[in-house]
Amino acid sequence: MAASPHTLSSRLLTEMATRSSILAWRIPWMEKLGWGGGCIWYLERRVTRESPRRFLHLLRNVNQQWVTFQHFNFLRHMYVTQLNRSLKQQIKPKPEPAESPFLEKTSLDEAKAEICEMRPLVPPSLSLSRKPSEKALIEPEPTSVIEGSIDLGKETKEEKQWKEMKLRVDDLPGILARLSKIKLTALVVSTTSAGFALAPAPFDWSCFLLTFVGTGLASCAANSINQFFEVPFDSNMNRTKNRPLVRGQISPLLAVSFATCCAVPGVALLTWGVNPLTGALGLFNIFLYTCCYTPLKRVSIANTWVGAVVGAIPPVMGWTAATGSLDAGACLLGGILYSWQFPHFNALSWGLREDYSRGGYCMMSVTHPALCRRVALRHCLALLAMCVAAPALDVTTWTFPVIALPINLYISYLGFRFYRDADRKSSRKLFFCSLWHLPLLLLLMLTCKRRAGEEGTGAPQS
Amino acid sequence: TLPCDARVRRAAMAPRRPAKRLVTALCRAFSGRGCQLAPKRGAERRDAAPSRVSRFCPPRKSRHDWIGPPDKYSNLRPIHFYIPENESPLEQKLRELRQETQEWNQQFWADQNLTFHKEKEEFVRSRLKAKGLDLRTASGQKATLNAEEMAEFYKEFLSKNFQKHMYYNRDWYKRNFAITFFMGKVALERIWNKLRPKQKKTSS
Repeated sequence: MAASPHTLSSRLLTEMATRSSILAWRIPWMEKLGWGGGCIWYLERRVTRESPRRFLHLLRNVNQQWVTFQHFNFLRHMYVTQLNRSLKQQIKPKPEPAESPFLEKTSLDEAKAEICEMRPLVPPSLSLSRKPSEKALIEPEPTSVIEGSIDLGKETKEEKQWKEMKLRVDDLPGILARLSKIKLTALVVSTTSAGFALAPAPFDWSCFLLTFVGTGLASCAANSINQFFEVPFDSNMNRTKNRPLVRGQISPLLAVSFATCCAVPGVALLTWGVNPLTGALGLFNIFLYTCCYTPLKRVSIANTWVGAVVGAIPPVMGWTAATGSLDAGACLLGGILYSWQFPHFNALSWGLREDYSRGGYCMMSVTHPALCRRVALRHCLALLAMCVAAPALDVTTWTFPVIALPINLYISYLGFRFYRDADRKSSRKLFFCSLWHLPLLLLLMLTCKRRAGEEGTGAPQS
Repeated sequence: TLPCDARVRRAAMAPRRPAKRLVTALCRAFSGRGCQLAPKRGAERRDAAPSRVSRFCPPRKSRHDWIGPPDKYSNLRPIHFYIPENESPLEQKLRELRQETQEWNQQFWADQNLTFHKEKEEFVRSRLKAKGLDLRTASGQKATLNAEEMAEFYKEFLSKNFQKHMYYNRDWYKRNFAITFFMGKVALERIWNKLRPKQKKTSS
């Protein structure tokens, strides 16, 4: 039943062994299952061929009815580590002759081989005795034969995880996309576009494109600097541990250079291509995000309010790009985005309390949990109120608050549930609701935009 | 090219003497209380340095740094620095600064994470005892507290370590800026060195 070792791939065999081991635990008569029995046969044959003395006592088990889970796991370990060892021997580069005239060739190679290959890995125990001001002591455990071979497998595996810090041009676009948090940038740019479209001015495509590109570049720059500042903190949080600077795919110098190369053209484009007000807002937003919000995250809970302002500015920039002035409509749009940030972020941070506490982040969800939920609910209701104010300020028609009422009521209801229940389930529901609530709200605003020439009942347009 | 083990030993030993000079230089450049704590930590860390040095040996032909998997305790990825034959004093200074910062960072986070887990275990144990519950449930799984009970511990831990984090933040920002600044200087130096021989050739 078992195929020849040369035809079956090692991966398939390991998988078979794993599945067999799971089945062995539950079903006693393993040899009755054809492929399972064949697997045992193959593994034992391979293992006994290589180390006959050690496994003589196990051979006796072959004829028994029961095949134990431990037996299977042991065989699987031996197979995998021996496979790794043979693979390692294949990929290890041949040691080159030493070029230094001061050291002998053979002793060098031997020394290197000795140190690099055969040093057994000592697994540190988890029970550490610590003196108050000193580092943890690592106590070595006695290594047995089996552990030694498993450790060798582990060491080889660890060695394979080391990567050369060489920048490949092919990888660069992907790395820069992750560095600039391209998805978040896309969201920011879409809110700017919404602001531009909602502004009471004729839609100018060239102005729109310049705003689009300028804001995108400014956002990339701000995100890159944020990641540059936060490397050790990002390493310690599950959500952020795969960022490019954490993984060493890009150097800090390159990250800063990229940020500068985005910020300068971005702000210049906004200032001279669109208007100085938009450029100033863009520059201010970069400063607010990188120099205020990022350091403040570790100092005070006020960072959430600063972050909400950072999120509110892009649609205002879109509006000022179209109209050239900061009027009531711009402030309302900014206000809607500002209020939206709270249910979004507070709900998200509820599930990350452990990571924030360990990483030293000052977030409301950790230090002031009641305030966290209160603020989220408060701003859900504020969203409702601002949607009613929109037609009053001639941004939209009166249809808008009516058709937006269901989604606003729903998010307020979830905000209330989060406030009352204060558990993971309600926080997740609120967070996921906020993800679709905002795009839908902006879309509804666009469809209900008050056209030029229509009579309004609110403040006169500037 | 030096063999891997000598490189490893050199990398471990190299920061020991210049580290103090570097740290005092940093302190002179950016005066702050946080820096006064660093030399003390450095003394402890010199003992820790050999155990933190990785057993990894990059291939001989490689001329780049190598980065490893996240450390078990600190979650930071260790870097194995490449020492070129014609390393300039500036490049050496940069490498030593990065090496020292790496060790300092590893030490801080390993300490932080271990303290966190230890205190968390103690908290859970004491709360379970206060409730009169066993440390393990009927099925043999480890008993845990719910998120709201744990929130009290998270709040307390954060406020207890606030000052420590403030000093760490300040030190980290200074080091990060210094490393990036030196990287820029080294890059400019290399570009200048590449252009200079050509200029000499064209002038002669």
